[in-house]
Amino acid sequence: MQIFLPIADIPVNVFLLLAMGAAVGFVSGMFGIGGGFLMTPLLIFVGITPAVAVASVASHIAASSFSGAIFYWRRRAIDPLLVVVLLSGGVVGTTLGVWTFTQMRALGQLDLMIALSYVVLLTAVGALMFWEGLRAILRTRRGFASSTRRPGSHGWIHGLPLKLRFKRSKIYLSVIPVVAVGIIIGFIGAVMGIGGGFILVPIMIYLLRVPTSTVIGTSMVLTLVTMVFATILHAATNHLVDAVLALILMTGGVTGAQFGARASQRIRGEHLRLLLGLLVLSVGIRFAIELGIRPNDLFTIRETGDGG
Amino acid sequence: MTARMALATLAVVLASSAGLAVRAAHAERLIVSVSNQRVTVTPNYSGEELVLFGSVENDAPTPATRTGEYDLVVTVKGPPADMVTRRKERRFGIWLNTDYRQFLKVPTYLALFSNRPFDAIASPEVQRRQQLGLKNVLLTQRVGPDYADVVPNDAFRSAFVRLRSEHGLYREQTSAVTFLTPTLFRTGIPLPANVPIGTYDVGIQLFSAGALITQTETSFDIVKVGFEQFVATAARQNGLLYGLVTAFMALMTGWMASIVFRKD
Repeated sequence: MQIFLPIADIPVNVFLLLAMGAAVGFVSGMFGIGGGFLMTPLLIFVGITPAVAVASVASHIAASSFSGAIFYWRRRAIDPLLVVVLLSGGVVGTTLGVWTFTQMRALGQLDLMIALSYVVLLTAVGALMFWEGLRAILRTRRGFASSTRRPGSHGWIHGLPLKLRFKRSKIYLSVIPVVAVGIIIGFIGAVMGIGGGFILVPIMIYLLRVPTSTVIGTSMVLTLVTMVFATILHAATNHLVDAVLALILMTGGVTGAQFGARASQRIRGEHLRLLLGLLVLSVGIRFAIELGIRPNDLFTIRETGDGG
Repeated sequence: MTARMALATLAVVLASSAGLAVRAAHAERLIVSVSNQRVTVTPNYSGEELVLFGSVENDAPTPATRTGEYDLVVTVKGPPADMVTRRKERRFGIWLNTDYRQFLKVPTYLALFSNRPFDAIASPEVQRRQQLGLKNVLLTQRVGPDYADVVPNDAFRSAFVRLRSEHGLYREQTSAVTFLTPTLFRTGIPLPANVPIGTYDVGIQLFSAGALITQTETSFDIVKVGFEQFVATAARQNGLLYGLVTAFMALMTGWMASIVFRKD
């Protein structure tokens, strides 16, 4: 069944979109991430322009992270104070990200910037995750108990001033690195159309030493708010959010996520990390190849105004 | 009373003599009509073809110099827009946009139809002056501080025309106009699914023996209706409100999912 997407301005098959939403939802439920880094590239590959894909996926991630956040809220696995401090940075980062997005679009380099950030970020993060997962598996094979490595009980981050006590997470930490992380995640989220969960969770665990009990719930709330904010900003400034597209993706996504969450309970943690690393890495490499091969058409046209 | 009558008579005489003068110069008149003045594009619209009908009315006896063979050129122009054409080049091993040209107020849809090739209708000089054919249509570019069209084989101009043609938005068909009788003609105007909305101007030019005899104009509107158009208009005109509604919709979907799939 073909449907015409009003903002993307192309006809697409509804069932294809639903299937894509469900597949990405499955993966996101499995790994506890938003899945934006998979959804945005998929949309680009089916012919939706990168600009519309990035802007519309923001609202899709908002939906899936909201249902996740409700789940973790009920289990009291969210640290409200940590959320507030992260958000103060997240809002700034998102605003900067949407502004950069608009500037690059005017210069005609938006597609390139999106592709380059995918290549750099995904290959780096993917390779790290893959390596981590592989080492963990090798350690267990050799008979050591697998544990999260915590080298050095106090890094330089823990010597910074403006310390706050985050009660729910049971940590005593400076607000500076927390705000900085918020800014970075907000920025790349708005520019790349990703929630940033797959980067945020490792940063919070390894850098900020947030306990695993509150890390996923807290990261989901941050994702939720930055993505809601990004949706509104993208809609207000660039008029690129396709609500019809977003609604179809959401419907597929939230359904798929439920099955993914169930499937993940049958796979071991290290294997899960290895798989996720491989997935992230392959998307990054796919973008790198795309940049290197000669495009079918060297010319592109874009409408810039109604000529009035 | 007499003064007024005299004036009226004078007016009538003047008018009829003016009319005679016009008729002497152009013996032919064009009468045209499109099959649909207002095309509505619905969500499942997959393209349509309008039909333009017309006839050449000949009031005065045809001058002896004319062979009686008419040539007809129909030009359809969609609403104008500014566009940018960008070219990718290989830099540092990757392909990226480097050079660009701005096209100003160029038609978003452009179709040129005739009954035979433009070269057979008129001399290259007339073709240029009357903008016959895609290579002669004026496409204004901003070149530095100037506004001008460039040579037809300019890389950006030809890429622009080629890309628009690939989307069915620019077209040139030199056999599309058919004469049903020596004076009655018709042509189809194909409108693809991605046709821009707005007012379309149709110019009809009548040629004979390589010279323009007369021309006329008509127009039609393309309007989009339905939910999709409502969404598109809302996104463009009330961006902030649209964003808020979309964000709210996202939250509702997430909330519904958490109720439907609640496990505990």
